[in-house]
Amino acid sequence: MKKVQFKSYYSQYFFLAPQLLILLIFLYWPIIQTFKDAFTMQDAFGFGSQFAGFDNFLFVFSDPSYFTAFKFTIIYSFVITLITGSIGLLLAVQANKVLHGKNVYKTLLIWPYAIAPAVVGVMANYFFSERYGLLHHLFNNLWGFNWYEDVFDAYIYVIIAGSWKQISANFIFFLAGLQAIQKTVIEASIIDCKSNIRRFWTITFPLLMPTTFFLIIINITYAFFDTFGIIDTTTIGAPGSETKTLVYKAYIDGFKGLDLGSAGAQSIMMMIIVLFITIFQFRYIEGKIHYN
Amino acid sequence: MTRYISSTINHCILLIGLLIMIVPVWIIFASSTHSSLFINTNGLQFFLGDNFIENYSRVLFKKSGFFNEITALKMFFNSFVMATGIATLSVITSLMAAYGLVYFKIKFATLIFWLIFITLLVPLELRIMPSYIVMSKLNLVNTFAGLILPISASAIATFFFRQFYKSIPDELLEAAKLDGTSSWRFFIDFLVPLSKTMIAAVFIFMFVFGYNQYLWPLIMTTSEQYWTVVMGLKTMYGSISDRFAFVIMSMIPPVVIIVFLQKLFIQGIFQNK
Repeated sequence: MKKVQFKSYYSQYFFLAPQLLILLIFLYWPIIQTFKDAFTMQDAFGFGSQFAGFDNFLFVFSDPSYFTAFKFTIIYSFVITLITGSIGLLLAVQANKVLHGKNVYKTLLIWPYAIAPAVVGVMANYFFSERYGLLHHLFNNLWGFNWYEDVFDAYIYVIIAGSWKQISANFIFFLAGLQAIQKTVIEASIIDCKSNIRRFWTITFPLLMPTTFFLIIINITYAFFDTFGIIDTTTIGAPGSETKTLVYKAYIDGFKGLDLGSAGAQSIMMMIIVLFITIFQFRYIEGKIHYN
Repeated sequence: MTRYISSTINHCILLIGLLIMIVPVWIIFASSTHSSLFINTNGLQFFLGDNFIENYSRVLFKKSGFFNEITALKMFFNSFVMATGIATLSVITSLMAAYGLVYFKIKFATLIFWLIFITLLVPLELRIMPSYIVMSKLNLVNTFAGLILPISASAIATFFFRQFYKSIPDELLEAAKLDGTSSWRFFIDFLVPLSKTMIAAVFIFMFVFGYNQYLWPLIMTTSEQYWTVVMGLKTMYGSISDRFAFVIMSMIPPVVIIVFLQKLFIQGIFQNK
């Protein structure tokens, strides 16, 4: 904190009040409610509820579809991180090298970043529809594509839909990371190492490590939460619940199935996962700050 | 010569990247300029048709939805109100909260800090059902306040502003204090102008974030009068070319903002990363 500060009896609270007020009413209240739901059992007709201890958690753990969602979420975030990270890096390296048209490439590659996941999902829907879908026809000719019955095909569908716009985000951050590497370092490395590819993996890529790490976190968070709009506009979890992410499952169980206890328990388990991700993220950001 | 070849390869890879990004949207756009009958018989199109004005004006001005109560134009209006509200409110509250945290001696400073930042652990998706119940208790379902308020407390923005304030030299406050400047004047006359770039970046970011909200408006609006563009996409009924046209239009505002303000946006994000 600052060495010099204002001392006042009330001003600071005035400055803090608006945000704290919004947080208390619109975040803490629902969060407390989530915890309450997670530890109570509602009877089937919604007339009463009673303290249930960890019953809701046990119920979730004994539910095979929770593990299906868990498995899918892990696979989904891993594949999206891998695909979007490598394509984003490849494009950023090229864009950093070219002498002409750098800004044109940059602009034309970053704009999908702004599109909402739900919009991307609706678009993907058309490309994978049996009637009009170009990709549906293409894959169908290759191996008999049928996403509403075949799990692997459904994975392909949601992975393509989920990766497309996220390539832009990876591109932006990798390009910025590359531009932050000092020219002198690169020039010195050219003298030492003639091979472009080896130079990239021994000099440039290690220097990009902080960016890579940051992007892994960003991509995982994206696959966990932002893909909600994609799943809801493409497969809706089909076939069965094979393509439901954890967040999507919690939503379906809570809002559509009206099982508040199970949804609350699922939310709390997600919070614990996010807690770990956030701790990593904070470590990274705090470690990166430079004071000019 | 090798140099020439390698630069050609660079451009080729970039062009393939561009095609992956542009072609899908182009196909939807080209298809949106044909009549539905044509699409239904011939599938997605790569070349433009001649129903552009007809299709787009029909989508913008014709009432659709379950009860035929809302036009796309009204949905755009709703989205703008929502996005502007979220962006404005989160900039103001975050700017103020960060100022309170950095520039004042506060009791329980650590507690307040954590009270704000722990909310990063609980994205809206995780508290959707209880949030809905709270909003209905407060009678905020089907209101703009209901759409805006729960999304407008941004701990991320507060974090960025806090980092930025911490990087401002202490001498500025010392000098201001010597002149007898009050905490109010210091905030408005010094800090707000200094944070202009940050404010713009956070505003853009939150605007796009607000505009792109999908789940929250889906749950908070039972009346079609409050439908927003992104949520309306799934629920809107209409012929296939109408839907294509609506998808294309829905992308325009955030994409235009990011493309034209990319410098500001990227600068703001990286200044404090």
